[in-house]
Amino acid sequence: MSIALSAVDISRALTRISHEILERNSGSDSIVILGIPTRGAHLARRVGEIMTGIENKEIPVGTLDITLHRDDLRMQPPRALTPTVIPPCGLDGRDVILIDDVLFSGRTIRAALDAIGEIGRPGSVQLAVLIDRGHRQLPIRADYVGKNLPTSQDQTIKVHVIEADGIDEVLLEREER
Amino acid sequence: MRHLLSTKDLSYSEAILILDTAQEMARVSSSSVKKLPTLRGRTIVNLFLEDSTRTRISFEAAAKRLSADVINFSAKGSSVSKGESLKDTAQTLQAMGADAVIIRHSASGSAQWLADSQWMNGSVINAGDGTHEHPTQALLDAFTLRKHLASGTGDLKGLSIAIVGDILHSRVARSNVILLSLLGAQVTLVAPPTLLPVGVESWPAQVSYDLDAVIPVVDAVMMLRVQQERMADYFFPTAREYSHYFGLNRDRLNQMKKDSIIMHPGPMNRGLEITADCADSARSVIVEQVTNGVSVRMAVLYLMLAGASESPFAQSLVNA
Repeated sequence: MSIALSAVDISRALTRISHEILERNSGSDSIVILGIPTRGAHLARRVGEIMTGIENKEIPVGTLDITLHRDDLRMQPPRALTPTVIPPCGLDGRDVILIDDVLFSGRTIRAALDAIGEIGRPGSVQLAVLIDRGHRQLPIRADYVGKNLPTSQDQTIKVHVIEADGIDEVLLEREER
Repeated sequence: MRHLLSTKDLSYSEAILILDTAQEMARVSSSSVKKLPTLRGRTIVNLFLEDSTRTRISFEAAAKRLSADVINFSAKGSSVSKGESLKDTAQTLQAMGADAVIIRHSASGSAQWLADSQWMNGSVINAGDGTHEHPTQALLDAFTLRKHLASGTGDLKGLSIAIVGDILHSRVARSNVILLSLLGAQVTLVAPPTLLPVGVESWPAQVSYDLDAVIPVVDAVMMLRVQQERMADYFFPTAREYSHYFGLNRDRLNQMKKDSIIMHPGPMNRGLEITADCADSARSVIVEQVTNGVSVRMAVLYLMLAGASESPFAQSLVNA
């Protein structure tokens, strides 16, 4: 087990991503940030706070539960749902920034795109992730990446955030054989 | 949990999980696209061998919002009216590949009978069996109570609820007494002695014969329909006398606590157990109960059918 990102690294990565998002979208006027629970929602809140600090105005932040759109529902026990919170401005015509902790197969993001389609019709959807670990199974890529972390299939990545786990860190674990 | 036959089968955490899931489902029902792909390819049969408006439509709407295929089946217009037995009907449904059967039947225990039989592999959901139980109605009532009186989360601790009327024939009352007391509410049954079942003293509820004494101290009044179709005997002298002692009218409504609510599982006998002005008053949440019914049934169908078919329901709590 090794530490891939420390608390300072995470904070730097989120700050850089926040600036990149603002640069790419020429400001924050049309931006809505949506985090995918649970870790993604915490990261989204932080990115929102950083951007609010830069822009000096409130950036709408919400959460998007994708459970009901997963393609693997039938393969495991039913999952409890987490709240979806859409900011009052809605998604129609906005530039939606999806935020998740780890980008792996891409299936979560596919489900998220379906979930967004049911709520509204954004002007664009962009994806920001803390870790991109490769091994995509669908044609999906991230627009903003905290760190590219090449992994093998038998490794696991654990993202811990203060809000849920009491500590900020990203761990790279090799599974016991 | 493979079947939902009785509120007795639910643990505290399972009940809360259903209510929390229903809360998210309510959001779907209020969004512009009221459709989720979650149960695509699953077949649900509405086997309604006794008349129903609300429950059947509600289950149908819930299943369709989750993209399941729904087959409606009622006694009238089917081979049941030619005398086909429940066994043959069930085997027919099995042969057609039903993943779940939602059954309403006039015989108490029929849902249990169907679930225990080896006639079919699917899940069985009890939508009312005789005078026994109606678990999804109790869940939607708990959801409605929680939304209005307990800020929409957690359980019903500290709430006091009166269930008034024909307790003897009421499956709604049985399911509600079990579920509401499980969730921490205090239930008082109010009825004439002739309309209380034998053994009611062993239920987790208090019993009163005096509606006027109960009305001012409860947070919610749940009026029950007088089930004339099940009354072969005389249970009270006249309808007018029943209304006078056990009906909800304007005078009693004025005695109710501030912010308390009026509920009724429907269909109502307006003028018998509840007057029209009470049913249509601002305190009444009777129409909203129907809306909540769809959300609660979506939650039940999701939790029972969305996962791997052999996976136990309780497993979901581990992942939660």
